[in-house]
Amino acid sequence: MSQFEPKIVAFVCNWCTYAGADLAGTSRAKYATNVRIIRFPCTGRIDFMLLMKAFQNGSDGIIISGCHPNDCHYTSGNFHARRRWMVFRSLIEFMGFDTERITFSWVSAAEGAKWADLVNEVTTKVRELGPFTEFKNLDYNSFNQLDNGAITK
Amino acid sequence: MARIGVFICHCGENISATVDVVKVAEVASKMQGVAFSTEYKYMCSAPGQDKIVQAIKEHKLTGIVVAACSPRMHESTFRKATAEGGINPYLCEMANIREHCSWVHERSEETTEKAIDIVRTLVAKVRRNAPLFPIKVPVTKTALVIGGGIAGIQAALDIANAGHKVIMVEKQPSIGGHMSQLSETFPTLDCSQCILTPRMVEVSQHPNITLHTYAEVESVSGFIGNFEVKIKMKAKSVDHVKCTGCGECWQKCPSKKIPDEFNAGLSNRTAIYTPFPQAVPNKPVIDRANCTWFTKGGKCGICQKVCKAEAIDYTIQDTFIDVKVGAIVTATGFDLKHTDFFPEYGYGEFKDVIDGMQFERLASASGPTAGVIRRPSDGKVPEKIVFIACAGSRDKAKGIEYCSKICCMYTAKHAMLYKHKNHDGKAYVFYMDIRAAGKGYDEFVRRAIEDDHVEYIRGRVSKVYEHNGKLIVKGVDTLLNSTPVDIEADMVVLATAIVANKDAESVAQKMHISYDKHHFFAEAHPKLKPVETNTAGIMLAGACQSAKDIPESVSQASASASKAIALFSNNEMSREPSVAAVNNTNCTGCLLCQDVCPYLAIEKEEIKDRAGNVLRYAAKVNSGLCQGCGTCVAMCRNKSIDLQGFSNEQMLGEVMSLLNKPF
Amino acid sequence: MKIGYYPGCSLEGTSKEYSDSLFAVAEKCGITLETINDWNCCGASAAHTLNHDLAIALPARSIALAEKQGLTEIVIPCAACYSRLSQSQLEMNSHFVTKSKIESYLEMSFSGTIKLLSVIEFLEKYIFPEVDKHVVNKLNQKTACYYGCLLVRPKEISSIKRSEDPIEMEEVMKIAGAIPVKWAFKTECCGAGFSVSKTDFVAKLSGKILENAAENGAESIIVACPMCHMNLDMRRPNIKEQIKKDINIPVLFITQALGLSMGISADKLGLNKHFVPTDTAVKCVIKKEA
Repeated sequence: MSQFEPKIVAFVCNWCTYAGADLAGTSRAKYATNVRIIRFPCTGRIDFMLLMKAFQNGSDGIIISGCHPNDCHYTSGNFHARRRWMVFRSLIEFMGFDTERITFSWVSAAEGAKWADLVNEVTTKVRELGPFTEFKNLDYNSFNQLDNGAITK
Repeated sequence: MARIGVFICHCGENISATVDVVKVAEVASKMQGVAFSTEYKYMCSAPGQDKIVQAIKEHKLTGIVVAACSPRMHESTFRKATAEGGINPYLCEMANIREHCSWVHERSEETTEKAIDIVRTLVAKVRRNAPLFPIKVPVTKTALVIGGGIAGIQAALDIANAGHKVIMVEKQPSIGGHMSQLSETFPTLDCSQCILTPRMVEVSQHPNITLHTYAEVESVSGFIGNFEVKIKMKAKSVDHVKCTGCGECWQKCPSKKIPDEFNAGLSNRTAIYTPFPQAVPNKPVIDRANCTWFTKGGKCGICQKVCKAEAIDYTIQDTFIDVKVGAIVTATGFDLKHTDFFPEYGYGEFKDVIDGMQFERLASASGPTAGVIRRPSDGKVPEKIVFIACAGSRDKAKGIEYCSKICCMYTAKHAMLYKHKNHDGKAYVFYMDIRAAGKGYDEFVRRAIEDDHVEYIRGRVSKVYEHNGKLIVKGVDTLLNSTPVDIEADMVVLATAIVANKDAESVAQKMHISYDKHHFFAEAHPKLKPVETNTAGIMLAGACQSAKDIPESVSQASASASKAIALFSNNEMSREPSVAAVNNTNCTGCLLCQDVCPYLAIEKEEIKDRAGNVLRYAAKVNSGLCQGCGTCVAMCRNKSIDLQGFSNEQMLGEVMSLLNKPF
Repeated sequence: MKIGYYPGCSLEGTSKEYSDSLFAVAEKCGITLETINDWNCCGASAAHTLNHDLAIALPARSIALAEKQGLTEIVIPCAACYSRLSQSQLEMNSHFVTKSKIESYLEMSFSGTIKLLSVIEFLEKYIFPEVDKHVVNKLNQKTACYYGCLLVRPKEISSIKRSEDPIEMEEVMKIAGAIPVKWAFKTECCGAGFSVSKTDFVAKLSGKILENAAENGAESIIVACPMCHMNLDMRRPNIKEQIKKDINIPVLFITQALGLSMGISADKLGLNKHFVPTDTAVKCVIKKEA
């Protein structure tokens, strides 16, 4: 019986967290293999519907990480991302989504060790939460199968 | 029909030791859109790059993915090779399977699977890459140098001598920085002011340099080649055009009890003052916070009365000027750790416990004691001096883990200066290590020990306290079996840690450059890019980046200058084309994007019919200003604005393909 | 108002007066100190020199018992006990593996949520707010506050802000109407556990402390640790022989000094239990003006 290994997608900004992850590599820090990074120019660029797409298509956990407040390479992108996250989080919590699966963090280009720790922490947390199975059926095909598009029960 | 070439690099063994590169290449060859896949030991080498060139031609490739190190390392290298192969360089992306994979995981199936996932993600992105063409912007051939110490001076002179204009901004009333406070410099014991002041004069007289003293940078906006900087010219209260520098005003000023910053608090100055006799410009300013006229509602006014040139004007306000520059050199310098950070040494409590800069001023011929080393408490010449190295530096408990680099040398210098002036005096240095790695440096320290008989004791001092009018220094000699050593000293000099300026954080934030936890400014790469920052067009010089001595500051300044000069060698600069663009058919003109753009790069465009009537409005991106952050894209409600190089299709493609779902 | 109390061995033995005076001061301010049932020795220096697990388990047991008793805060007057209990709790809260191991040895669960207070934190939190009501006297003497070592380090558990030049005890003394002196040996070693095995070392080290206090005009020395007290008080004959000086400055526990200012009798504070007579200090106490 092999242990469940979560799939974690990380949406990171190029200037801080991506560079911080590079530094973790240069420093040969060792961390869990479960995380895959997608590079954005800035956390402000991250469309949160992509998070939903990720969960819909097999991701069990997500990390969003960028520059510390006041240090954004583009001045304010991370502030917008943070605000967006606060509103988005209330919305998906209301929907019944377990927001423990999403971790919002700040990792600077100098914080290679922090990146490694973050990956390990999130991997452990999501492994304990188990595979993400809710809401997966709410995709286009199954929606068409619902009676009149209305959900009975 | 995509025909992508995938190149997996071994990077020697850096990748191949933990990732099965052959398997990755094999799996990649079957990925959707891939027409050619191979692996090679060193992709960034000349033969490696040539493989790309040849493959493009042979296999008629339409896109390239190089799976190797971080794009932050070699994206430009491989894009150049792609261009050489005959296709648009922006059709090339890098998959980071080294820093993000092989270097951080052990050899295992999971590691190879991860590398495959990463490659597949970038292949999916490249399938949606469009050819992009660099944007040309004009370059303003003026440099801004922030800071008028030796580093700033060197950078300004280098750039000015290359024929370009320089604007120098210095927040003190005079340029010169900390070097002007030094008595002699190691390892030659050259008189510091003698070698510095000619440079200072050169700066003030250079036709290409505009000097603003008593001024600070208020804000920086724009981007490389096209910065817009607002400078605050603090109110000097003295019209420097009319002022002749006669000195009547500060000679007659009744406010004489203000601690003199130039003399490190060992003497006082007046409210209207020039910081030191060789100041450039040699014209006074009024320190309004300590001037009676300003603090007590118009009382006094003596300086204005005695000024024959009628140069004093209390009504002058702070003014702001806007300048356009193409490159910025940050040379804002350092500070020393002060105050009661060292209660165990009694610093701040015992008058005769002083720091290195205060000792410099005592030793300096133009200092408060005319170059005689005297105790601040009673003016007597000390017979025994103890120097404590590493006061605060290399000390985790005090939060300063780094070495301040210059203290071993200046402590030896101070001990030597004391002994040269007081042949019968005794000088002791408590040290941990001796860091004298420069040219002639170790010989200099040996001179102090062997010729001038300074006693070096390897051990730390646990306490300094007063007893019967002496300072008892409790230390230990670790080379003599850790014997405790108690010295009854007349004066103690602490080589306190070098720290960043108090306002370093706010300066960095104004300029959008990174800084570390000690507020030293961050270089772009610790090994290979020591003078550039992560913000293109902004360079670093001197101790604002990390503690360093004068030769290093000068070298770094010249290096920064060379970067600026390289930038100015063309009239136009190519900008990365990763900018936003609006599809104005869909755009509803809500202009949310305009609200969030930090660069004011979005304008309102009128969509007109043929008769010229305005039908509606839409957003429009100024590609000269756009920096490519993409915040507008995430804001747009109907996806009318998109970011080239990180488009919606590309990012969705990456997410879907990462999770191995079709898209 | 009820606060938990961990006495440790010294406060029930050689430094009983520290305990008595603490209880007297607490009682005046309406605070009941509830001793932890079946508390055990903290391990002191012996345990952590011999076995790391033992050093954590011994204090952890007392804390676990306090949790069972429903206590949310405990005051630990002995500086060494405070250090051991705090270090144990910190280790248990930081390392999950250690916590599970120790919990299995103790066969008790450990939540690590009890707030551990040093005597100074206790005074600052619970006595200071009531102090204007209760302080009726001024100590009216120059006091040298001696911190010793365990009150000021390690940084992770000490409540003292500046370990090289602390001022917290001086603040208490000012409230008690004393005049704290500036002196240089606040945190110098007294010789600690060598009190028995190498008494001449203690005589030398504590002698230096005493001399410096005397030079700076101290009329009494204030301590917050039974070890410090023993070395400066009980070993006074050894010290006098060593330094060849007849210094008779009494050594008071901080709770005794505060107690005097609150009008509690010298006997109730255990001031007759010292080796160096304390009457010179008691005589200085005068009534506070209205």
